[in-house]
Amino acid sequence: MNKVNQISVFLENKSGRLAQLTRTLANHKINIRALCIAETIDYGVLRLIVNDPQATRTALTNAGFTVTSTEVLVVQMPDRPGALAEVVDALASQGINIEYVYAFVARSGEDAFVVFRLEQMAAAIKALSARGIRILSSEEVYSI
Amino acid sequence: MAPAYYWDKPAECMDLHRLRELQSERLRSIVAYCYQRIPTYRQKLDAVGLRPEQVRGIQDLHRVPFTVKSDLRDTYPFGMFAVPMDEVVRIHASSGTTGRQIVVGYTAADIDTWQQVIARTLAAAGTTYRDLVQVSYGYGLFTGGLGLHYGAERIGATVIPTSGGQTKRQLQVLQDFGTSVLCCTPSYALVIGEVGREMGVDFAHLPLRVGCFGAEPWSESMRREIEQKLCIDACDIYGLSEIIGPGVSYECLEKAGLHINEDHFLPEIINPETGEPVPDGELGELVITTLTKEALPMLRYRTRDLTRLHPEPCACGRTFRRMVRITGRSDDMLIIRGVNVFPSQIESVLMQIDGTTENYLLVVDRQPGKMDELEVWVEVSQEVFSDEMKRLEMLTKKVIEEIESVLGLSVRVKLVEPKTIARSEGKAKRVVDRRELFKNE
Repeated sequence: MNKVNQISVFLENKSGRLAQLTRTLANHKINIRALCIAETIDYGVLRLIVNDPQATRTALTNAGFTVTSTEVLVVQMPDRPGALAEVVDALASQGINIEYVYAFVARSGEDAFVVFRLEQMAAAIKALSARGIRILSSEEVYSI
Repeated sequence: MAPAYYWDKPAECMDLHRLRELQSERLRSIVAYCYQRIPTYRQKLDAVGLRPEQVRGIQDLHRVPFTVKSDLRDTYPFGMFAVPMDEVVRIHASSGTTGRQIVVGYTAADIDTWQQVIARTLAAAGTTYRDLVQVSYGYGLFTGGLGLHYGAERIGATVIPTSGGQTKRQLQVLQDFGTSVLCCTPSYALVIGEVGREMGVDFAHLPLRVGCFGAEPWSESMRREIEQKLCIDACDIYGLSEIIGPGVSYECLEKAGLHINEDHFLPEIINPETGEPVPDGELGELVITTLTKEALPMLRYRTRDLTRLHPEPCACGRTFRRMVRITGRSDDMLIIRGVNVFPSQIESVLMQIDGTTENYLLVVDRQPGKMDELEVWVEVSQEVFSDEMKRLEMLTKKVIEEIESVLGLSVRVKLVEPKTIARSEGKAKRVVDRRELFKNE
């Protein structure tokens, strides 16, 4: 299973709202693997990779947050110059459009992980596999 | 055609010629009564040189000076009562958010009239003595609760006086007691629907059949939403405490405008700027003369509510003219960069866009040196929330475009989290005007 569930939360730009969210996750012993925020003047969308997406969704919904989950791909690559370029090139050469992307570094520091949100998931998996690029399974991501 | 129910068919379906005669007769006597008993009216009539006997019938109504809210404020609290307090059996007061509240009084005969017009209202929506009527309007000085209460008792229905608020308890009563008729504000009906859905209430299988909703302006699309959510027929009821409270006009199950109880309340539509009467069918401000009120009769009271009159006969057989639902108030109308905006217009637009809820807030602001800005706060529902910013931006854009096409006004749209706009348990607060244009009112 190569597709990973990312949790997205609608956040109004109000002081303390992110603190409420992270406090909720802490109370439910949820571990954040990676996060990024896309923001506008009035609101932001917080995207999270966590150890337990289902529990996260339930906890946040019960706490009154507006939550959705989205399928993303998480790619592992060596933490060196040019590694991301190879991955992106593999996608571009097949005409696959990237909606958004963000990255995090593994504990060891040797490897980097990149989260991709793509329209054509199946084609992307094929294109990346053909180049020998490693796509993490959901189990691997949740237990990083 | 919807089935027609009546409480007082001889009055409600009175021959038009006879009705006009009755109105003229009652108008003559109420003008004389006001002139004799109430100094405010004596001064007003004297000021224009009109003697009561010169008002021979409804054709002379336009010669009578208007009465406005400030006349009641200036004589606060009882200065316009026509009878000694010994004869006043009940007092109500308006919610008066600005300045002094408006105090109104009723004689025993006025209470009887009020019960009659509410009985007509409830019966027109199909209520009988067999029904359980849950009154979720506020009880107290506000006319909504007690007004509906005694009218429902008059019919012989079983009244459940839950008053407003405590929504979960309302739903408990609704389910356990088997309420068949619900009376509250339309925005509270939506709250009941929403909370009920969260609680897993199966409205389709409840005895609840019909609702009489009023005390605030609402739209046709809000009616549809209420009807779908609660699985009922939703009828409009109109009134104001200065005239009697709820029951001035009411919808039958045709749902094609509100029949005015013309044997008690004589309606006119005027141009709010010039004060000139306009013909039936034209939009303007509703002006009402009470024909039978004893404690607090009103001659040509300016309601500030905008509507139009429909003289055509209704399929239900009532001869009382209908008024269309209130499109706004001549004094809650917002003027933004020269454009007239009624909150109900924005509401209609939002109702037609998937993904927005019925809760919205209009924030009007004027930054120094800048034009007025109208900000529309819209709640993003769970269903429509997308991880992709472009979807949210498309939603924002759509709301902006739709509002622009209806109003010819560009607005700023702010998406906010669900349930952050205050739900009302009474009248919904839809506008925050930071310009403070009416500070001195």
